[in-house]
Amino acid sequence: MSTPARGDDVLPGLVGFAAALREAGLRCDAHRVQAYLAAVEQVDIGDPRQLYWAGRVTLCSEPDDLPRYDEAFAAWFSGESPVRRRPTLPVSVQPRIAALAAESTTGENTADDERLSVAASEAEVLRERDLAELTSAERRHLRELMAKLRPVPAVRPSLRYRPARRGRLDARRTLRAMLADGGEPSRLVRSRRRTRPRKAVLLVDVSGSMKPYADSLLRFAHVVVRGAPSDVEVFTLGTRLTRVTRQLRQRDPERAMLDAGRAVADFAGGTRLGETLRVFLDRWGQRGMARRATVVIFSDGWERGDASLLGEQVARLRRLAHRVFWVNPHAGHAGYEPVQSGITAVLPYVDRLLAGHSLATLERLLREIAHA
Amino acid sequence: MASDGTAGAVPEAPASPGSPDELAGLLEGTGYLADPGIATAAFLALRMRRPLFCEGEPGTGKTSLAVALAEALELPLIRLQCHEGIDAGQALYEWDFPRQLLHLRALEAAEGGRLSVDAAEQSLYTERFLLARPLLQALICAPCVLLVDELDRADDEFEAFLLQLLDENAVTIPEYGEVRAETPPLVVLTSNRTREVHDALKRRCLYHWVEHPGFEREVAILRRRIPGIDERLARQLTEAVQRLRSMELLKPPGVAEALDWAQALTALGKDELDAETAATTLGAVLKYSEDLDRVRASLDSLLG
Repeated sequence: MSTPARGDDVLPGLVGFAAALREAGLRCDAHRVQAYLAAVEQVDIGDPRQLYWAGRVTLCSEPDDLPRYDEAFAAWFSGESPVRRRPTLPVSVQPRIAALAAESTTGENTADDERLSVAASEAEVLRERDLAELTSAERRHLRELMAKLRPVPAVRPSLRYRPARRGRLDARRTLRAMLADGGEPSRLVRSRRRTRPRKAVLLVDVSGSMKPYADSLLRFAHVVVRGAPSDVEVFTLGTRLTRVTRQLRQRDPERAMLDAGRAVADFAGGTRLGETLRVFLDRWGQRGMARRATVVIFSDGWERGDASLLGEQVARLRRLAHRVFWVNPHAGHAGYEPVQSGITAVLPYVDRLLAGHSLATLERLLREIAHA
Repeated sequence: MASDGTAGAVPEAPASPGSPDELAGLLEGTGYLADPGIATAAFLALRMRRPLFCEGEPGTGKTSLAVALAEALELPLIRLQCHEGIDAGQALYEWDFPRQLLHLRALEAAEGGRLSVDAAEQSLYTERFLLARPLLQALICAPCVLLVDELDRADDEFEAFLLQLLDENAVTIPEYGEVRAETPPLVVLTSNRTREVHDALKRRCLYHWVEHPGFEREVAILRRRIPGIDERLARQLTEAVQRLRSMELLKPPGVAEALDWAQALTALGKDELDAETAATTLGAVLKYSEDLDRVRASLDSLLG
């Protein structure tokens, strides 16, 4: 297959190209392919530049798509045979977080019933246990408890109004009532501001030192996202920043965790908290995601790099966000002192330093978020 | 052809370019220098009657594209600025309640109490009391260019509401009836990508990611937009601005800032960018004190 302009029927070539893009991970569904074909009709396909743009504006839908599109376009239309440039699922990438979970899912089902019968009393104990020290059976039980959490998002006043007994006069409804009464202003209808959920952003440190907690914290994040899918955003921090909101929006926790694990390339790697936080603020936070949001950072503050950069970035975050919570799993341990350079650098700028090492402390965190 | 309602046999807009290059020529006539990507995207939006969804860094010229398109195609521009909590009342239409109330009182007085409820109500919901907000306006006065600016600032429910309008080019006002555009407006939506816009909306649009212009194009933009600017100064400025963009600043300058800077320098009568001039005018390009401090500390490297 060489350039599509050569043959009489270019359709298979174009559709094949779209399929190759899908292969490369773009979301070009039938609707987009249709638009693509319509676009190609409008341009001069002898001109590679126009052909390129016709596809780019119809088949891509986010900046992440663009490099993949460029690569596929070059490969497809340069006359190379349409080999799979890369497999859909790179086999070398193991779902690392899911692997953590897998330890426990292999547990035998027959034990279920007995275990659940004593679950009620166990649950209380388990709630206080350190997430890092759980056995695989406890871990599994904890997951069930976590799935039962019902996060309540905090609210902020909205611009819209709803009917209320007190508040400003609602002209529209008052007029409606007048008409019903033949023109007499017999009843004044009032309205007050509605409330809207306040945005929340969870930043989960997945570096090596946080490894024992990362799986549970991401599961916790999944629960929070499911509670308010359009108002919660989740990123992982490590050597780089990864947005996992989309993955965590899936209802099935196992699927969500598997996909999130695939997305996070730097799981259990090093930490460059300051730098990744800056990337977050530059790319997302400053433009609006962190504005007036409740931002929760889950990290032990173990900063390898220069802690002053971290301090600067948290100060910046503080100026954008409504509240900044720092959740440090070690803060719940007896004798904990916030002395690591990272923590001391950020302490002046966070609203609350919370523990997050057990289910009970995570529940406390949910209450804090709800009242933020 | 696309299967949705926006495509099909509809009358052409007044100026109808036959190719992306021709459109780029028309845009250039208004002072907007479009690269092939923008020109093709806009051309296809026009031909396929699909909304154009533009994303990109602030200051890359997304909004001005819509302005330039309106001017180049000789169409009125209608602009809807999105913000948090924007609702149908602010975007589509509202009834003018105070005037309706007065009208009702007047009717009452004139009729001397013999007011029929139905007749009174009917006289209230007429065009006279309808306040058309940008979206309804766009449907009424189409063909036109409708700019939905910074969609990412609106709540996501708002997108669902927009979806219907984009699909049908019509709205139904319960008390009044349907308003349908004969010629669908050319819709340009912009987003700074502070949040992700629903795929359902994106799917109905052409997507264009707008980059900062390349060196030669930016020089050309400066020379075009700032009359009388010296070519050497334009090049110096562009070089400095592009260097600033690679400096990891809190707010890297966009084209608008480059233009501001050029304007500041020409207003001061400068024809060269030296360290001293740069230091005193840096506030035109950089809007954060941290950025100013950082750049001031390394002014020499900025000027190359």
